[in-house]
Amino acid sequence: MANNDAPGGEHDPVTGRTTTGHEWDGLKELNTPLPKWWFWTFVATVVWGAGYALLYPSVPWFNTHFPGLLGFSQRDVVQADIRELQARRGEVMERLKTVPLAEVRQDDALYAVAMAAGRIAYAENCQSCHGAGGAGRPGYPALAGDAWIWGGGLEAIMTTVTYGIRSAHPETRVSMMPRFGVDAMLQPAEIDQVTDFVMTLYNPAAPAGDVSKGQALYADNCASCHGDRGQGNRELGAPTLRSGVHLYGDTRAAVRAQVANPRQGVMPNWNARLDEATIRAVTLYVHGLGGGE
Amino acid sequence: MTKIDKPPRPATGQDAPASEVELYADRVRVYPRAVHGIARNVKWAVLILCLVVYYVTPWIRWDRGQGRPDQAVLLDIAHERFYFFNVTFWPEDIYYLTGALILGAVSLFLVTSLAGRVWCGYSCPQTVWTDLFMWVERLVEGDRNARMRRDRGPNSFDKLWRKVAKHGIWVAVAFWTGGAWIMYYVDAPTVTVQFWTGQASTEVYFFTGLFTVLTYLLAGWAREQVCTYMCPWPRFQASMLDEQSFIVTYEKWRGEPRGHGKRDENSKLGDCIDCKACVHVCPTGIDIRDGVQLSCINCGLCVDACNEVMTRTGRPKWLIQWDTLARQDAKAQGRHEAIHLLRPRTLIYVTALVLATAVMGTALAMRSHIGLSVQHDRAPLFVKVRDGSLRNAYAVKLSNKTPVPASFALALDGLPGAVMALSDETDRRQETLVLDVPIHSIGTFRVLVYGQPRTLADGSQRLGFTLRNMATGETTQVTSVFMGPATR
Repeated sequence: MANNDAPGGEHDPVTGRTTTGHEWDGLKELNTPLPKWWFWTFVATVVWGAGYALLYPSVPWFNTHFPGLLGFSQRDVVQADIRELQARRGEVMERLKTVPLAEVRQDDALYAVAMAAGRIAYAENCQSCHGAGGAGRPGYPALAGDAWIWGGGLEAIMTTVTYGIRSAHPETRVSMMPRFGVDAMLQPAEIDQVTDFVMTLYNPAAPAGDVSKGQALYADNCASCHGDRGQGNRELGAPTLRSGVHLYGDTRAAVRAQVANPRQGVMPNWNARLDEATIRAVTLYVHGLGGGE
Repeated sequence: MTKIDKPPRPATGQDAPASEVELYADRVRVYPRAVHGIARNVKWAVLILCLVVYYVTPWIRWDRGQGRPDQAVLLDIAHERFYFFNVTFWPEDIYYLTGALILGAVSLFLVTSLAGRVWCGYSCPQTVWTDLFMWVERLVEGDRNARMRRDRGPNSFDKLWRKVAKHGIWVAVAFWTGGAWIMYYVDAPTVTVQFWTGQASTEVYFFTGLFTVLTYLLAGWAREQVCTYMCPWPRFQASMLDEQSFIVTYEKWRGEPRGHGKRDENSKLGDCIDCKACVHVCPTGIDIRDGVQLSCINCGLCVDACNEVMTRTGRPKWLIQWDTLARQDAKAQGRHEAIHLLRPRTLIYVTALVLATAVMGTALAMRSHIGLSVQHDRAPLFVKVRDGSLRNAYAVKLSNKTPVPASFALALDGLPGAVMALSDETDRRQETLVLDVPIHSIGTFRVLVYGQPRTLADGSQRLGFTLRNMATGETTQVTSVFMGPATR
């Protein structure tokens, strides 16, 4: 119990308890002694604190700090963690190179690593053009959708990522839409006619008129690549014209511009910058965005 | 360090005596004496009940089906579930804990206002384990006088083996306590085997050790110091107590003046023979004759002690007894005063208790066993697909809180002609998806919704998701959005 009757103190006449001797305007503070073990516990925490400050990094000094006697550094811990992670990831990424792409999905652990690595590699390399989550933008295909120019299977996507489109690599995918207007292959009026016909392929609401001239021009100039009904040809990289998705826009002006003076986008061959495992990871990630075939 | 010099007084013309004051108090060791009586019997009963509940509960089994823990009470932190017999709590049910704490607090307020600190005196773990440790101490070292004599006496083999035996048993009991504690968090039979074969996790060993050390220190060494210095409850108990509370009191009016002398017609002495039995049995080492005080845990052992003495000396029992301050005042003046159990204070506590119980009970009874969360993908907000429709993606999470695997039907609402598909099987577009979720689990699905452009409004529009448990029919709904280009 609190030792209120400790000798040596002055006793308060009302309570009979000792006072601390502190006095303010005639009021005296009653003494309520804390247990000594409590005091020593407090001392122990101070000693612990001092020891901690001595052993571990503590006192800051402008551009440096006292490093502590143990030489402990949180940064070293993080570095070690990262090294360990890279070592672990190394094994899995090695495995990713050998397992056939179509079978990765069945291996939950491998697939999880591949998707994580693919998401990061995509964000670092692909996202600036194709948009976050494969949203796409005019001129850059939406990878989350299901409209594929060169194919949406795993192998097709990997080929595209590896060698690129119209890239510097000899095995690059190449398709060359002729410049019907600029190179005077068709007269401006003929371009208008073929444009009107192409619009009927994908837009049921396109103005119904006589498109027979356009249809004939299409059969002569376009059908060899885009197909007689505009179904496209993935072998040649000729987009389907019947789809609701258009790389360069679906307005009449956009379609006409693409016939007269087509834009030809370029995608780099990523084998120059990414290792094979990363390319496979990106492939799996892109395939899983929602449009993979 | 622990002494301060008295500051010089303002000159008052008289010499102040120089004095030093102790700001820190040495611990006065308490040697409680054994006692027998009604309070002691109740204390034993409560102690045994509490210990049995504590040690046995983790071993009660409760079948929850394949793949689920079969421990009746289990706080499974790793899997984020709290199993309590037939109820399974999920992390989001944390407000039941709030409710339980409110119930506990109000019950404590009510009991305290009616009968003082009976919680402290009988069922607080600090009291229960301290009592248990004192019992061990008494078995090994004897009662108060023997212990005091031996502690004061010289070192001897007798002293040594008794001290070693006492602390050994204390550590064993403390270890059993710490070991039982960890069983509330992991499967009891499994962890017992793992513990002794060295296969338990570091956490298991750490927390067993921690609770062993703390039990040993708090019940063996700190004891009443915990109640007096560490516990906040004695500090504000005064606001629960009033003069109608039924507490341990000393009948000052008939006890005083106390004294050893002979009692005859001429004697002015009261019934108290100042034998200090009440002080000697007190586990916190106080004198109940000083009245209600912070250190009194209301255990009533002094009542038993005094009754023994009063019986022996042929005086009326119950000089120290459970009574209210108001009744004691009345008795001192020769009046009779009734016991007032119903007072505004107790009525308010009872009302609060009934309300809290009703709210809690209703909430528990009406607890939903289904959960749906729908998160619209932000990148991309929407995608146009080949057939011209717009596609939005959603991360859908279903909670199956039933004790059986469940099939759920997920349907759309507010978007005519819309169909949906799981992202792995985009060729199977349906108006209603059937999704399977294992028992007591969350199923995560990526759902693609295809909207027909001609039925869509520009920009963003409301899209409702309805989830139905196909077995129980329980339904829940959430509202999300379907996004498209602002102008089409």
